[in-house]
Amino acid sequence: MEPVVHFSEAVAVHGRFPVLTGASLTVNPCEIVLLRGPNGAGKTSLLRACAGLLPVVQGIANVLGVDLTQDRKAVRARVGLLSHANGLYDDLTVTENVRFWGQTAGASDAEVKAALAELGLSGRLATVKVVKLSAGQRRRTALATVLARRPELWLLDEPHAGLDGDGRDLIDDVLRRAAAAGATILFASHELDRAEPLATRVVRIDAGRVVQPTC
Amino acid sequence: MLRTARLIAAKDLRLELNSRVTAFQVLPFAVLLVVLFAFAFDADAKVLIPAAPGLFWIAVLLSLFLAVGRMFMTETADGALDALRLSSLDPAGIFLGKAVALLLELLLLEVVLLAGVLVLYDVSVPASGVVLLVTTAFATSVGLVATGTLYGVLSAGTTVRETLLPLLIGPVVAPLLIGASRAFEAALGTRRGLDGSVVVKVSEGWPWAGLLTVFALVYVAAGLLAFGALLEDA
Repeated sequence: MEPVVHFSEAVAVHGRFPVLTGASLTVNPCEIVLLRGPNGAGKTSLLRACAGLLPVVQGIANVLGVDLTQDRKAVRARVGLLSHANGLYDDLTVTENVRFWGQTAGASDAEVKAALAELGLSGRLATVKVVKLSAGQRRRTALATVLARRPELWLLDEPHAGLDGDGRDLIDDVLRRAAAAGATILFASHELDRAEPLATRVVRIDAGRVVQPTC
Repeated sequence: MLRTARLIAAKDLRLELNSRVTAFQVLPFAVLLVVLFAFAFDADAKVLIPAAPGLFWIAVLLSLFLAVGRMFMTETADGALDALRLSSLDPAGIFLGKAVALLLELLLLEVVLLAGVLVLYDVSVPASGVVLLVTTAFATSVGLVATGTLYGVLSAGTTVRETLLPLLIGPVVAPLLIGASRAFEAALGTRRGLDGSVVVKVSEGWPWAGLLTVFALVYVAAGLLAFGALLEDA
């Protein structure tokens, strides 16, 4: 089976500054892979490179069969990225945000409602403006926008940030269900006690290189 | 492209409806400018009437800076610009949608502002000038929002957006402001001789309106072509 992500000695740059300095990584379909490493190790850069947001200038970088060194934009519509920022509009309600981002990927109203329900956002919170939400509620809304788009590859940067215990359990359930349904998940986290049990594989990254691909 | 434009315009208009920033902040600012101009000229009709078209368009331009800054602030505040880049939306459609939403807001602002100018500056609109007035306002507004949207995304990724925007937009829209002021002058009959008779007739405004339409089309075409590359770099 063809890997979803295949990087070999990949060098990615931000402007002229190399942020990945020869990263090698393979992620197979339906895996939940945890990226761990110290601050500035290149976890976020690896996720952004996989999303086609950072140019890969050397090495091999294939995501979902797309050669990122040739056409990184071609992969974008097929991945869902949850970065440090939530990508939400403060003055739209939870439903309006999830509907808008869902519609950018052609999601139906039913899919939007399902995403809201799955993240526990279909009740009173649905009509609340995002500006009035707590950090954890914002994170859940952001994940709902990813879920509504039904991406093939989920790229999540600290998905548990700002969440309480129940919220973290909810996110873990959503991610496990997505993987069971055929999605592949690559996520970065510092909260290892929470993240390692969720992951099917852990990969350590440092100084822009994958230093310990472990099982 | 049109589907994307509809989606983006609907989202931007929904943002405005929910926040009312244009209605409660930009519009009052524009009206305040018109009032302050009147104070500055000591409410002297001899000065205010000939200056009315230029003052109107300066007030519109300053309001545009605020509206464009606000529009792209909503995209950058929580990283939505990254999500827009990641979406499969056509960049030309994003440009068109944003420009249309901004155009509707600007036209609404101009209606209120024009009413303020008519009342405060003692200017009237002759029946023969109405079509020229509307055509000029529409063509100029299209050019302004196209330029504003294009330079808005260019400055979106910077930390000095608010101060950079006027520097970028001002020189580019100078021809629009000159043409719009001349066409409004003809439509409103604000340039008068010593005997009070109208010096510039309505018919003399149409060449300016034609020029404005050409400028607007050029700015829109430039926006459709360049927005994608600028969004990528923002």
